[in-house]
Amino acid sequence: MNKVHNNRAWLLVLPMLILVAFSAIVPLMTVVNYSVQDVLGANARFFTGTEWFKTMLNDPGLQAAFLRQIVFSLTILAIQVPLGIGIALIMPKRGWQASAVLILITLPLLIPWNVVGSIWQIFTRGDIGLMGWGLRQLGVDYNITRNGTDAWLTIILMDVWHWTPLVAMLCYSGLRSIPEAYYQAARIDRASKWAVFRYIQLPKLTNVLVIAVLLRFMHSFMIYAEPFVLTGGGPGSSTTFLSQSLATMAIGQQDLGPSAAFSIIYFLVILLVSWVFYTTIMHMQKDRNPQGGA
Amino acid sequence: MSEIVLKSLAHTYSANPQSAEDYAIRHMEHVWHQGGAYALLGPSGCGKSTLLNIISGLLAPTEGDVMFDGHRVNELPPEERNIAQVFQFPVIYDTMTVYDNLAFPLRNMNTPEYRVKPKVLEVADILDLTPLLSRKAKNLTADEKQKVSMGRGLVRDDVTAILFDEPLTVIDPQLKWKLRRKLKEIHERFNITMIYVTHDQLEASTFADKIAVMYEGQVVQFGTPRELFETPAHTFVGYFIGSPGMNFFALNYAQGTAYFGEQPLPLSDRYLRTLGRIESNNVKLGIRPEFIEVCTSAESDTLAVQKENLQDLGTYAILTFSLNQQTFKARLPEDHPPLGETVYIRFPDDKLSLYVDEYRVEVDHE
Amino acid sequence: MSYQLDNVQQGEKYNNIFSRITPAQRRKRNTRSRLRSRLLLGLYLVLMILPIYWLLNMSLQTNSDILGSMTMWPENITFDNYIGIFTNSSWYMGYVNSIAYVLMNMLITICVALPAAYAFSRYSFIGDKHLFFWLLTNLMAPPAVFLLPYFQLYYSVGLFDTHIAVALAHCLFNIPLAIWILEGFMSSVPKEIDETAYIDGYSFPKFFVKIFIPMISSGIGVTLFFLFMFSWVELLLARTLTSTGAQPIGMIMTRTSTASGIDWGTLAAAGVLTILPGILVVYFVRNHIAKGFALGRT
Repeated sequence: MNKVHNNRAWLLVLPMLILVAFSAIVPLMTVVNYSVQDVLGANARFFTGTEWFKTMLNDPGLQAAFLRQIVFSLTILAIQVPLGIGIALIMPKRGWQASAVLILITLPLLIPWNVVGSIWQIFTRGDIGLMGWGLRQLGVDYNITRNGTDAWLTIILMDVWHWTPLVAMLCYSGLRSIPEAYYQAARIDRASKWAVFRYIQLPKLTNVLVIAVLLRFMHSFMIYAEPFVLTGGGPGSSTTFLSQSLATMAIGQQDLGPSAAFSIIYFLVILLVSWVFYTTIMHMQKDRNPQGGA
Repeated sequence: MSEIVLKSLAHTYSANPQSAEDYAIRHMEHVWHQGGAYALLGPSGCGKSTLLNIISGLLAPTEGDVMFDGHRVNELPPEERNIAQVFQFPVIYDTMTVYDNLAFPLRNMNTPEYRVKPKVLEVADILDLTPLLSRKAKNLTADEKQKVSMGRGLVRDDVTAILFDEPLTVIDPQLKWKLRRKLKEIHERFNITMIYVTHDQLEASTFADKIAVMYEGQVVQFGTPRELFETPAHTFVGYFIGSPGMNFFALNYAQGTAYFGEQPLPLSDRYLRTLGRIESNNVKLGIRPEFIEVCTSAESDTLAVQKENLQDLGTYAILTFSLNQQTFKARLPEDHPPLGETVYIRFPDDKLSLYVDEYRVEVDHE
Repeated sequence: MSYQLDNVQQGEKYNNIFSRITPAQRRKRNTRSRLRSRLLLGLYLVLMILPIYWLLNMSLQTNSDILGSMTMWPENITFDNYIGIFTNSSWYMGYVNSIAYVLMNMLITICVALPAAYAFSRYSFIGDKHLFFWLLTNLMAPPAVFLLPYFQLYYSVGLFDTHIAVALAHCLFNIPLAIWILEGFMSSVPKEIDETAYIDGYSFPKFFVKIFIPMISSGIGVTLFFLFMFSWVELLLARTLTSTGAQPIGMIMTRTSTASGIDWGTLAAAGVLTILPGILVVYFVRNHIAKGFALGRT
């Protein structure tokens, strides 16, 4: 679409800008302010420069949390994207069944995040939880409060349960936008099911998949409530992710300076990755537009 | 080789059809001979795309049979029917090159690459796609894309019929005739049956040897463009073909005279004889605007009418006049004499067509 | 011509390949693959529902039953847990609080996002691309980063522990999200519609409300769905900005955990009740949701 150049459009953007600025810029300035100071009391502040940043970057606890975070995000992406595509492919396309499946599949997305934690806390307990109890009956020594691996696997499972529906729904809507003629032509060309997927469905899905990966990366990188409720970050710190480290530091220990510096580093990392995605999306849209968008 | 026969074919999209209106195809018989270039012409919603999809196997007919060379193929899926179909909007595989697009149907049949290559090159050459072979199909223009989707039908050696579903809808006007000529060329070269669905009579008559006109789920006439023009078998054909369409007017017959409303018509004996035998109340006469003779002075068998409008369209003119409160159109040559307010028209006997219950009836010979 | 010769030979070859599969076999194969995908989908749905079913199961039992023997379904169904929640104002006010700030947030967000999304979809203006990217970065900002400054900010302006505080805080990620989704839907409406309306003498506000908004109503529905979703599920900001007056249900649920153990029945019942509004919302938008999830961008 050819857009008209008109700077008065700023007037339409203005109310939004004021609101977002109030909730984004002002707090961010506070964070930046703290990150370069040492606040000892109401009237005792010292300028510390990049001191806190250096401390944070060298903190072994945070480095470990960062590493855990990356492994976690990559793992869930590697599971959720293929699984989501698979589910989208087998979802019914019309009729009451389609509506029913849609409503069911969307369900986990609409549960408050801490309740998701609670659901899994109950579900995995050895005494009253179906999964925990079932695994013990099968002779598996499963205990998420004592065994780090169990806790880690359970959090992955929980996240897959919670967020695969988002990927599936995105892919489903991508698939629905493919005109019937493509499938008809493929039948006439005698394409196998695999060829239809590889050459018709997958190319049409790339747009939504980029959105899916972006959203999933962002949210998994900020994950807080679910593991907090389920494992509290434990056992030890085996399931402590970045948001939780930050919350503990800022609210629990009131370490304003270090946590502010940490916040900024954290934000910048997400920003960097998201920028890469953003440019990819924009690049793809530019590719698409000359044909009027298929 | 294949001859496509449709036997008492009917199709409905409704789960429990009540009346004829619920049917997209209403009990029709039709034969497409091997190697013909056919057009399937009709207004939107007349069932022509449905018919095409039934032939290709994308739809299974509700009733009746589709026969290829005498074999019933109702149950065969499209991939087993030796047909190819080109759709209204070009279907191409975006991520592949033009070469891979053309090779796709062959590779799906596990054809060895050494056989794929010459075939693809041959088809690309015919369609003038050779310079584009290594390009990504996504970045082609609409007409190039449509040629690629046509090409995918041509590479297969087993294809005996290609079905076109309004393939030129998205093509620029100046490229349309080029592509149409290309189609004709391919037809002559490969002896493939081609069925071309369109709602454009010009497109149909430039492409096809024979045109099937569809109306309300039935083929109302199947003939050469000339036959459709000169002897429309159904009032719809008369109205739909030609520009402007045929003039129709209702006839009453009483005591040896034919009337158009109150107006007695000077018809010859053979018409009157035929009319005498007809029992239906729905009798119409039709005449093409091209065949109405216009005179400047009264003659024995002319009718005096009031000129309403004369529109000069360059190489010809359209005269609009009213007779018995009905509007008629006549087409005059460029060099027609100047006309006054009252003109005298004649309906030449041999150019009239008689329609009973909307279908054409042969009039007795002298 | 060699082409014709080839035609015959290869045609025979293909006929051989295809004649091996009879139509009946093919149909059988198709129904079998359909059946298989239905089974897989059913399996996934069952596994997905299982944890939620378990929560429901717990919520219909007394604590002694829960901790007693393992049963696949409640043997003595009791609604005591639910009755307890509905008769205790400190419990049900949690739901009222959550719903209050979610609705406020949806209203504020949609009101400011509609004109902004229109501006992004129809006009180019100085700094538009940077502004759009900056907006998206807010979508990516970890709420944890903003915890402390938010607390201080809202405390200093006297909004701490009010619904509006949470509603405003959730604007941080909901406004960018709404603009992103709406922009996609608006861009798929042809610009000619706008031009025709202006030629017909509509003023901008009149055109916007009378013509444009009805045209993208399904997009607005989907946007509201997402706004609800992200505001309803968020807890970190909501609990930091409230104490007793506007505490969300998610925070009140932590009360079930006391020194004497966890009140499993009430926790489960409260959990089940948080799922219901979501079901209601998704039911309303079920027909648009498939298109909406692609955010108007397919």
